[in-house]
Amino acid sequence: MPREFTPKVITANALVQGDVVYFTAQDTWTRDLRHADVLTDEADADLRLLSAQARTGEVVGVYLADMKPGTDGPEPVHFREEFRRTGPSNHFHGKQADIASRT
Amino acid sequence: MYTYSEFDSAFVAARNSQFRAQVERRIDGSLTEDEFKPLRLMNGLYLQLHAYMLRVAIPYGTLNSRQMRKLADIAERWDKGYGHFTTRQNIQYNWPNLADVPDMLDALAEVQMHAIQTSGNTIRNVTADHFAGAAADEVADPRPVAELIRQWSTDHPEFQFLPRKFKVGVTGSPNDRAVTAAHDIGLRIIERDGEIGYQVIVGGGLGRTPMIGKVLADFLPESDLLPYIEAVVSVWNLLGRRDNKFKSRIKITVHEHGIENIRARVAERFAIIKPSFAGIDQEMLAAIRADFAPPAFLTASDEPYNHARQHDPIFRSWADTNLSEHRAPGYAVVSISLKAHGKTPGDASARQMRLMAALAERYGHDELRISHEQNVILPHVHKSHIPSVFAALRAEGLGTANIGLISDIIACPGMDYCALATARSIPIAQEIATRFDELKLEHEIGEMKIKISGCINACGHHHVGHIGILGLDRAGVESYQITLGGDHRADARLGDRTGPGFSADDIVPAIERIVYAYLDLRTGPEETFLAAYQRVGLAPFKAALYQTEAQAYAAE
Repeated sequence: MPREFTPKVITANALVQGDVVYFTAQDTWTRDLRHADVLTDEADADLRLLSAQARTGEVVGVYLADMKPGTDGPEPVHFREEFRRTGPSNHFHGKQADIASRT
Repeated sequence: MYTYSEFDSAFVAARNSQFRAQVERRIDGSLTEDEFKPLRLMNGLYLQLHAYMLRVAIPYGTLNSRQMRKLADIAERWDKGYGHFTTRQNIQYNWPNLADVPDMLDALAEVQMHAIQTSGNTIRNVTADHFAGAAADEVADPRPVAELIRQWSTDHPEFQFLPRKFKVGVTGSPNDRAVTAAHDIGLRIIERDGEIGYQVIVGGGLGRTPMIGKVLADFLPESDLLPYIEAVVSVWNLLGRRDNKFKSRIKITVHEHGIENIRARVAERFAIIKPSFAGIDQEMLAAIRADFAPPAFLTASDEPYNHARQHDPIFRSWADTNLSEHRAPGYAVVSISLKAHGKTPGDASARQMRLMAALAERYGHDELRISHEQNVILPHVHKSHIPSVFAALRAEGLGTANIGLISDIIACPGMDYCALATARSIPIAQEIATRFDELKLEHEIGEMKIKISGCINACGHHHVGHIGILGLDRAGVESYQITLGGDHRADARLGDRTGPGFSADDIVPAIERIVYAYLDLRTGPEETFLAAYQRVGLAPFKAALYQTEAQAYAAE
């Protein structure tokens, strides 16, 4: 029996800055996971992934990452994606600082 | 120190110019990522979890103040104001922008540094004892031969596409501070009947299949060294597995073919290669040696040092822990800890780098070293200057008195930065250091090497830690496995696995239980953790580690 398709977002690293980005419903890239397009249909996810992978002049290493619904948009299922979302945890800099300055 | 020849400078400039054009072509779309990736890796540029990472070589860990200042300038101008010193005697910048990397490389070239061969399947940065040229126990300075190997291996046409990366480490002291037994080739300079030669160790390495290297040649005359190394790499280049990257390192080749077979093949190849060297390598080595002449050591009273020791207990505590014996009278080797409690092991801010540069210039004959233990060394400081050095270090957060103690932890970048990592390692190191600082136990515990890796690749050398910690992903949760009894010195030994791993929340209490078990078990403060472990074995520590589980089992 095929595995049930679970919600995902398309993620990658930006070509020039290298930081983590997510694909939006408007086919743009965002640094904020809350603005990512959550894909719940497998066929749609495959097509959107191909479309995102074609953006070779903008991003590197495009893939689908598992998410679950949260109170403030999608939330990572795996801790690796959580660290990609929040940045290094060793001291207050990088994405942690960026997020704090936005909120 | 070695200074670049015109050839060296022209080579690095041409390479940087070539890479600048490659970066431009990647950004304008002329190169795909598949085409660009091997080119950026040839220049030390990785794409990590949160950003690009530029790895810069510090050959055999040796720097001068101008170079250290340049590393600080680069950190400030193109990164986030800090750099991370690694177990391979490199510095890594964690946040560069792709478009800025060519400028960063040009800035490095201004001080005769580069990032060539800090990645890729080639001979990597040659590492050496961080006390080279200074240690009291040294047979000979390992840096000239390390420099010779660097020159020989850089852009060597035969060795740019090896089966896998290849690491060479050199020590000139019987007290091995370069972990030579865990290198693809480890070289130990030895003296026999008044003649200097090399013990050649091959096939050491940590990672997925950890192995302690085997002796390939017990005593190799100095004149044979370079052609012999070339023969070793050449044999492995042919025999090494390219069908499976997990079996590609020379340690597997040695294991599969046997050391005798490898020795015979190397001897055969050496006989062919040796005549082509025609002594040119020895001429080059002699010229390089002149660059590593000892500085003009001072003759002065060490009264200021003795006075500070007698009247300042904080200075005395630091001096007892962070100074090592120097070969020259009145001198000491100063180890600067980059392990302030709760900070990231190996990180230094631009300010701190500039201070260390200034101290090297003023008090240290303009020399600095980076240790594989992620600390910075001032190798030559006269004792009369050490109180001033300490005061300056302390003012900049660099006066931590913990070299060799439980908070002097090697930690790889782990999942806080590294794309390969399966768990974090830095926060665990931070928590352990903070906990034992709060307990005020670390000087009581004495010599203790904790080494943490965030994945099976073992960049944090956990296999050879007295206490090794390996971070893994167990069903989507960080889990930490413990090994005990590893040793990185001359008689290197891999640690023993204790049993099931611990969660991120449970790992620090687990380490605490091991430490308390040691304090209970030891015969006295003079018996180190490693000595106690060797005496009593794994069982009592295992019982202490898994006491909760044992009690639950007993209650059932």
